[in-house]
Amino acid sequence: MKIHEYQAKVIFAKYGVPIPKGYPAFTVEEAEAAATKLVAETKSPVVVVKAQIHAGGRGKGGGVKVAKGGAAEAKELASKILGMQLVTHQTGPEGQKVRRLYIEQGLAMERELYLGAVVDRDRRRIAFMVSPEGGMDIEEVAANRPEKIMTVHVDPTVGLSPYQSRKLAFFLGLEKHGKETVAKFTKLMAAFYELIVKEDCSLCEINPLVVLKDGDVVALDGKVNTDDNAEFRHKEWDTLRDTDEEDPVELEAKQTGLNYVSLDGNVGCLVNGAGLAMATMDIIKHAGEKHGVAPANFLDVGGGATQEQVTKAFKMILSSPKVKAIFVNIFGGIMKCDVIANGVVAAAKELGLTVPLVVRLEGTNVELGRKILNESGLAIQAATTMVDGADKIVKAVVGGAK
Amino acid sequence: MSILVGKNTKVLVQGITGGAGSFHAKQMMEYGTQVVAGVTPTRGGEKFEGKVPVFDTVEQAVKNTGADTSVIFVPPPGAADAILEAIDAGVALVVCITEGIPVMDMIKVRRVLETTPTVRLIGPNCPGIITPGACKIGIMPGHIHKVGNIGVVSRSGTLTYEAVGQLTALGIGQSTCVGIGGDPVAGLDFVDVLTLFNNDPDTHGVIMIGEIGGGAEERGADYIKANMKKPVAAFIAGATAPPGKRMGHAGAIIAAARAPRPRRSRRWRQQA
Repeated sequence: MKIHEYQAKVIFAKYGVPIPKGYPAFTVEEAEAAATKLVAETKSPVVVVKAQIHAGGRGKGGGVKVAKGGAAEAKELASKILGMQLVTHQTGPEGQKVRRLYIEQGLAMERELYLGAVVDRDRRRIAFMVSPEGGMDIEEVAANRPEKIMTVHVDPTVGLSPYQSRKLAFFLGLEKHGKETVAKFTKLMAAFYELIVKEDCSLCEINPLVVLKDGDVVALDGKVNTDDNAEFRHKEWDTLRDTDEEDPVELEAKQTGLNYVSLDGNVGCLVNGAGLAMATMDIIKHAGEKHGVAPANFLDVGGGATQEQVTKAFKMILSSPKVKAIFVNIFGGIMKCDVIANGVVAAAKELGLTVPLVVRLEGTNVELGRKILNESGLAIQAATTMVDGADKIVKAVVGGAK
Repeated sequence: MSILVGKNTKVLVQGITGGAGSFHAKQMMEYGTQVVAGVTPTRGGEKFEGKVPVFDTVEQAVKNTGADTSVIFVPPPGAADAILEAIDAGVALVVCITEGIPVMDMIKVRRVLETTPTVRLIGPNCPGIITPGACKIGIMPGHIHKVGNIGVVSRSGTLTYEAVGQLTALGIGQSTCVGIGGDPVAGLDFVDVLTLFNNDPDTHGVIMIGEIGGGAEERGADYIKANMKKPVAAFIAGATAPPGKRMGHAGAIIAAARAPRPRRSRRWRQQA
């Protein structure tokens, strides 16, 4: 799950990762009040108005503005940013509507750095990465100037050792700001590591991490992604979830206990298992690339879906306007083919089947499943293999008729 | 012969009284797997299906029945602990079916496995392992398999069934099929299983099924090029996935430090 910067910063503060003073605001009035409070608390008229959306690149998109003239200017900026469609390299061309703001004190920065943590699946360890190229697109740094990045891996039984943090500090040249700055960074890292483990983060980034003129080290931005698998031990995550930021169809699927992936094509796909979903996508794209045929979405009913879940999944595919044909590709293991067939038939009878449907069933209870489909009276094209199914679906889309 | 499991494998089921555990324990027994014990804390002394003794701890189960392999159907909150209990009890092989274990828990489990080289872990989030006609440990449909000489190793569940189903339809049997699971931090990886197949005289060729993400497939390709004495056919699912979907910044960095996909594909073509 992704959370907002202001939510990440509440967590940072809880663990002792230094952050600037700031307050969230959901209306222009709240933004003005927050700015007034900040100006009084910091004795400085400089505040920053920051759009809160889950996508990165907010600054470049015009979602982060500095008000040097105190609360009045902050109010004016807030009225412009709140409600705008913020377009960044991560939102897609339609952008994301700004519904929340974070009003933060302005700080006198000396340097901007990058600090990130991720689960390195190849080393099976948490990896910390730093770069002196803070505030930049870190993927670009990794691709073109890998020598500007240093990584350390953490032994989970020992935890992050201070020497590892010092190694990163010296790579960043923090000693130039005074030895206290090295100590402050080491302390920040210890807090950051504790946070990552206890909060079950799959990804954490502070970009930029800034060194202030007085030598303090502060998290100016904060990105926290949590591991969905750990939801059972974090009831508080419910309060952090912002459903406005999620794809409504993906959200609906999740609430039904299904996996949904939205894509750009025109074939709706009902499959079971992530691997089979990807292989189905590959084979449709391979067969259809000359004809403009590609998957519009995937609904993965997984290994143990009920007939109700399958019905719901098929309804979701049927109601997508992008879908010009539907491919059901199931290899039943635990998932029984008759359950799939019953779900498909129930959904198609309720909503009506207006696009071609190609079904390829294999595995547990396949004969029963085929019988249910055959006796349903629905116009179903049976496919014998994945290749056959992909060919039929391409012909169905190109032909445009059943 | 086969790898890891066979006719003499004695299996204990952790979570045998739960919904998934009891269903699949029965399926395994019907297939002919020697299910010698079950473990459910506080249910020790019961009999599963009137014949399989249930114990409170894995240690008791191993001592009393000589079980050498454990299969885990414990729900995610307790699954990592169940793996650690099995490792500590001294079984040779742990197969964890559970889907949804937090990655922080698996990082700790991996660390313990590094200090216990005699124990192997398959999974989590996997269909399990089967040596057709001899021993099925996991949730795969047994009837699609056929006794033979092709090894199958895969990160995906249903895609494994797909491959096995196609092999069997062609009359080609399998020596052992191993689903290593799709989680980012797990037990045996491609190189481990390929090495076992390489050394198994009854495996004459291997099918390897990978997915995008991580470097395990590349390491598999390097191993095959350097060491494999048998033909390997490989497929990596998701070649046409849109870049960046569900990928975070920092994750993409580590990926970038390794080979991007086109180079990976080339490396695979060189094997052909």
